[in-house]
Amino acid sequence: MRYEAPETLDAAVALLAGADGETRLLAGGTDLLVQLRAEMIEPALVVDVKRIPELCAIAAEDGGFRIGAAVTGAELGEHAALKAAWPGVVEAAELIGSTQIQGRATLGGNLCNASPAADSVPALIAAGATASIAGPHGRRQAPVEEIVTGPGETSLAKGEIVVSFLLPARPPHSSDAYLRFIPRTEMDIAVVGVGISLTLDESGTCGAARVVLGAVAERVLLVPEAAEALIGTAVDEAALARLGEAASAACRPIDDKRGTKEYRIKVAAVLARRAAQIALERARRN
Amino acid sequence: MAKVHVATTINGDAVEFLCEADETLLDVLRDELHLTGSKEGCGSGDCGACSVMLDGRLVCACLVLGAELGGRAVETIENMADGEVLHPLQRKFLEHAALQCGVCTPGILVAAKALLDKNPEPSETEVRYWLAGNLCRCTGYDKIVRAVLDAAGEMRGELTHAE
Ligand SMILES: Cc1cc2nc3c(=O)[nH]c(=O)nc-3n(C[C@H](O)[C@H](O)[C@H](O)COP(=O)(O)OP(=O)(O)OC[C@H]3O[C@@H](n4cnc5c(N)ncnc54)[C@H](O)[C@@H]3O)c2cc1C
Ligand code: FES
Ligand code: FES
Repeated sequence: MRYEAPETLDAAVALLAGADGETRLLAGGTDLLVQLRAEMIEPALVVDVKRIPELCAIAAEDGGFRIGAAVTGAELGEHAALKAAWPGVVEAAELIGSTQIQGRATLGGNLCNASPAADSVPALIAAGATASIAGPHGRRQAPVEEIVTGPGETSLAKGEIVVSFLLPARPPHSSDAYLRFIPRTEMDIAVVGVGISLTLDESGTCGAARVVLGAVAERVLLVPEAAEALIGTAVDEAALARLGEAASAACRPIDDKRGTKEYRIKVAAVLARRAAQIALERARRN
Repeated sequence: MAKVHVATTINGDAVEFLCEADETLLDVLRDELHLTGSKEGCGSGDCGACSVMLDGRLVCACLVLGAELGGRAVETIENMADGEVLHPLQRKFLEHAALQCGVCTPGILVAAKALLDKNPEPSETEVRYWLAGNLCRCTGYDKIVRAVLDAAGEMRGELTHAE
């Protein structure tokens, strides 16, 4: 295995393009090193992206925020303005692992590792985040929901790097929330995760919403039917009940040691309702 | 495969070493630099026995490559006592009998110090959540949490006494 730590994006793209054999990017390494050690992967080249400035910065852009793909969970949690605008995205990122894992784990790694239970991904998709991707053929932008295609599988072409995520500007009375259910209180993998972002109009009616489910299918699911249950309502009991039904209906989970299919389907409804209520309370205060 | 040459700072000292590209920081510390205070419990980020500070952040040394260290700064448990004088956390761990086999202790001390440097007056809940990535098979955690809270009090200059 060869290790490289280029200082520019162009150099990183060139290294990947010129390499023979399997290549991997290294961000925080909290998935990659576990996989290396378990000999699940044997890359010929590992390219560390943490010395590329664009991947390591959080910056205001177009009224929203651009977050480098290699920014750590700890850094996200310390960014007061980002936390105020996108509390759901930040709380999701902060749920990843322990304090030690937070010091390293990144949004780019969480997404590109392509686990269906990745905690920050439902929140990013609910936020309507766009990924900026660099590759041998230049730059492209893609909605985050288009990146992961299945467990461990992404739509990234050979040599492509996720550089950053753009979180759009927030209209007034908007907010988001992420909730996950785990059997313990810390350090576990989601049985179900729900990210919800919504915007209210002046009268308190929900004008826009995005509802996203994690850990209930082979990849994270954006569920427009669940969002439609909220749009045009005051997010009252009846709307929340329809939201729960739509969330359950979208699930196509597996049975595993953390929960059965039936359990996940039921929990998805409960968590969706709770996440919507948290996002609603936050939006009313904005 | 050629080894990677790394120039870094460890516990305030400039250090150079050669390592394999896939060698972890934990292996470099223990096997190349003979700093064996950091322990390997799991090697997969779950137990925290290998906790060190990397550029001021608490991390698991088993999930960092040695090759990443160029120009960075690492602090290990070996840097906690001031010569023969123990850090208040170390003293309070002894007073409260907050260790038995001791395998988790270096990692917990490094993690607890990182907490107190950031938050000198943590609540019990904050201590428990902060240390959730540090597993202990022996103590049941209570004595560890008491020792950390007691050390925090002493470091704030409050009078405390261990029973
Ligand atoms: C103890 C422990 C607890 C954990 N708890 C959780 C949890 O609660 N929730 C959760 O969701 N995850 C959890 N994880 C998994 C992991 O920490 C997260 O998925 C983390 O966000 C991965 O980020 P990273 O920067 O460490 O990724 P890395 O390990 O560096 O990379 C992961 C994958 O993504 C690729 N990659 C990285 N960056 C990019 C990029 N910019 N562009 C393209 N590809 C890229 C890498 O090549 C690799 O294949 C846990 C892991 C451990 C060890
Ligand atoms: S040895 Fe590193 S976390 Fe267990
Ligand atoms: S004292 Fe033995 S593991 Fe903690």
